Amino acid sequence: MLVKVLFFASLRERLGVGQVMLDTHEAISVQEVWQRSSGENVLPVNVLIAVNHTYSDAAALVQPGDEVAFFPPVTGG
Amino acid sequence: MIELREMPFDPWQYLAERQVSQGVEARSGAAAIFVGTMRDFNEGDSVQEMYLEHYPGMTEHQLETLAASALKEWSLDDVLIVHRIGRIIPTQPIVLVAVWSAHRAEAFDACRHLMESLKHSAPFWKRETLVDNSVRWVASNTPG
Repeated sequence: MLVKVLFFASLRERLGVGQVMLDTHEAISVQEVWQRSSGENVLPVNVLIAVNHTYSDAAALVQPGDEVAFFPPVTGG
Repeated sequence: MIELREMPFDPWQYLAERQVSQGVEARSGAAAIFVGTMRDFNEGDSVQEMYLEHYPGMTEHQLETLAASALKEWSLDDVLIVHRIGRIIPTQPIVLVAVWSAHRAEAFDACRHLMESLKHSAPFWKRETLVDNSVRWVASNTPG
């Protein structure tokens, strides 16, 4: 089963990729999703995390089939 | 109600049409309106245009969550949030937040709270094009 990983805005441009599909058969942490999809060990402190369109954190568990997004601080309005 | 728009809109026309289509609510003694408009400057530089990126699916979900939470916290008759996405030029409205309530205190409080929450949690990102055609991401919100 796949986990869909999305990167937005300046983070997408820095990493050079907008979407990564990760193959996993068991639940993995957001931290591990970040390492496997970005290729970077350390999740920057200002990066925001969403799992299935809801804000989450690095310790949260991600299930196969979930969608995880990483993005910089938001600047709308 | 929540709406994301790629095309420019006139918030005043929008509110007038909404008032006509829904009928004036006899119980709504107060309406508080916030309109955010694109400036032609930011951080000391002249800006010629902006691109507003969003996260399809989550942005709508987050705005719905904010509206539902405001309806729960204050005694409101209705909540409206309209937000632009895509290419925007100075003087164009970016966001419209409107709330209707029986009394002004709740309308003012809810409108301000909704706008501040949107700025801090709704997934939108601004990419500016300056007058020399250089491009940069806006790193953070202004304090207020």
